[in-house]
Amino acid sequence: MLTSFMSYLGSQFSPGVAGNQLWALIYILIIFAGVSVAVIAMNWLERKALAHFQVRLGPMRVGPHGLLQPIADALKLLLKEDIIPAEADQVVFWVAPLIGLLAAFTVYTVVPFGPSQAVSDMNIGILFMLGVSSLGVLGIVTAGWASNSHYPLIGALRSSAQMVSYEVAMGLAVVSAILMTSLNESGTGTLSMIGIVQAQQQQGIWFIFKFFPLGLIAFVIFAIAMVAETNRAPFDLAEAESELTAGFHTEYSGLRWSLFMLAEYAAMIAVSSIAVTLWLGGWMHPFPNLLSAPAWEFIFSLFPALTFGGLAAIAFLGAARMPGHSFFKIQRAGLAVFAALLGVLALLLLVVAIAGRHADTSIAARFREGIDYVYWFVLKVAVFMYLFIWYRATWPRYRFDQLMKVGWKVMLPISLGVLIVTAIVGVLVK
Amino acid sequence: MTPEMTPVATPFFFYLLSGLAIIGGVLVITRRNAVHSALALIVTLLAVSGLYLMLYAPFVAGVQIIVYAGGIMVLFLFVIMLVNIERTVKERQFNRIWPAGVLAAAALLGLFVSVYVKGKTLLSDPVTGKPLWPDPTISLPDSSNTQQIGVMLYGNYMFAFEIASLLLLVAILGAVIMAKKRI
Repeated sequence: MLTSFMSYLGSQFSPGVAGNQLWALIYILIIFAGVSVAVIAMNWLERKALAHFQVRLGPMRVGPHGLLQPIADALKLLLKEDIIPAEADQVVFWVAPLIGLLAAFTVYTVVPFGPSQAVSDMNIGILFMLGVSSLGVLGIVTAGWASNSHYPLIGALRSSAQMVSYEVAMGLAVVSAILMTSLNESGTGTLSMIGIVQAQQQQGIWFIFKFFPLGLIAFVIFAIAMVAETNRAPFDLAEAESELTAGFHTEYSGLRWSLFMLAEYAAMIAVSSIAVTLWLGGWMHPFPNLLSAPAWEFIFSLFPALTFGGLAAIAFLGAARMPGHSFFKIQRAGLAVFAALLGVLALLLLVVAIAGRHADTSIAARFREGIDYVYWFVLKVAVFMYLFIWYRATWPRYRFDQLMKVGWKVMLPISLGVLIVTAIVGVLVK
Repeated sequence: MTPEMTPVATPFFFYLLSGLAIIGGVLVITRRNAVHSALALIVTLLAVSGLYLMLYAPFVAGVQIIVYAGGIMVLFLFVIMLVNIERTVKERQFNRIWPAGVLAAAALLGLFVSVYVKGKTLLSDPVTGKPLWPDPTISLPDSSNTQQIGVMLYGNYMFAFEIASLLLLVAILGAVIMAKKRI
């Protein structure tokens, strides 16, 4: 057991490909915990950022600057009465949130955080991701139907129509990116998530800049369609509160409602990671073709430590700027401890970056590489998560006929055109 | 380049997936509530896609999930949800030809059993003389499955593929013409 545990550390394959079940389990647990923590952080960030967009303070009471608010929310939801309406379809009502949650989390099997930092690599990776994430709509549809009530049913109908329409444009945009992976000597492309990033590595360019502006247009179409796929503003007609109360989850409360929220945020992270993998170079740091000298590698490997150091500095500043009243004593101490934890993390990352600065096969170097890959991937995904909040704060909701019009009459023709032109340019370039 | 993937717990997953597919299939025809039937059908389709994976056909498995479980079944549910379930549940079965169905099913079962029994021993390939069944321990490379399907569809069977897509186009046009009063 110990030997198989240690022997994997030198491997250059993801545990699923290497057939190491123990490490696959460890990776699954890490990703599950990581995504759950990310959802909690996202919850806090969304409330806080939205509040600042609207010139409010947002949560301030629970913990310093409301940092413990998500925990308080989770506790409240766990303790709340879980109501199943008398006229609801009991079994389907019970299963619906689980369908959405399962679909959202299963997708992470193939998300490539690094060349070997993924649970598994499938030959059909991107197909698997699109297929399983499209199962998430079943959770919404069944929830709306099982509630046996008007608002949820209308919300579910809207959401299924919307998701089916935007899936088409999304799929065509994805195909044009997959087409770009086949522009090599052998002329064979790949559907594997890790293979797609490696294709960008070989061609020395992120696909968003490939055949400018074709890659960019496909990326923009995907970026719009993915907001619609996850039912987020400005496409959140399934839960339009001004017309449908809360849409498909009107009848849900307590733990079951929180499962829907968890699934929604997990799906947001999942589709963002598809976009990052296909167009933004996955785990690669910026300008991988120009700045690949060892000195640049070392500078880029300092970024994780710098990020956490910066966060620690901000937290320390917040603690220092707290009002001097004795009411704020505990809050100030808490924030200082939080800042200290972030600082320790930054120091650890700095030590790893320096210990593993030589690109060899030592454990420290492999560890440093792994941290770099995961850092750049997560950073790119985090930008998308912030964009999701920004969209919500900025744009008013679409009307349903406008939504359908944009999906079928604007995005579908454009993505088809981009696909055809990409194919032609690809043949001409070869 | 990548290490050879070895199948894990194959008989267990085969029986699990086939069992799921069969239970789902039985539920589809026995549930009176149409939405429950549709959900059972989704379970069956997903189990069948798992079986495709076990047969080293990952592309077919992926397409099965995208097209059937994710696309067609959502549209199915979309339509079924608008049906008045309470009335349909009380509706009596008016179709009286179930004995014919049972007969056809029994005949199919007999066919399967006889092929299984004979294929193992009697039937053999006229050229090589091997039994009809392929070697059960065979392991096909799944790494180039998608490429091979692409070559087949857009190379060898291009014409049939295009004819099929034309047929679908005709069906779409027909649906639009029937649904719209004024074109």
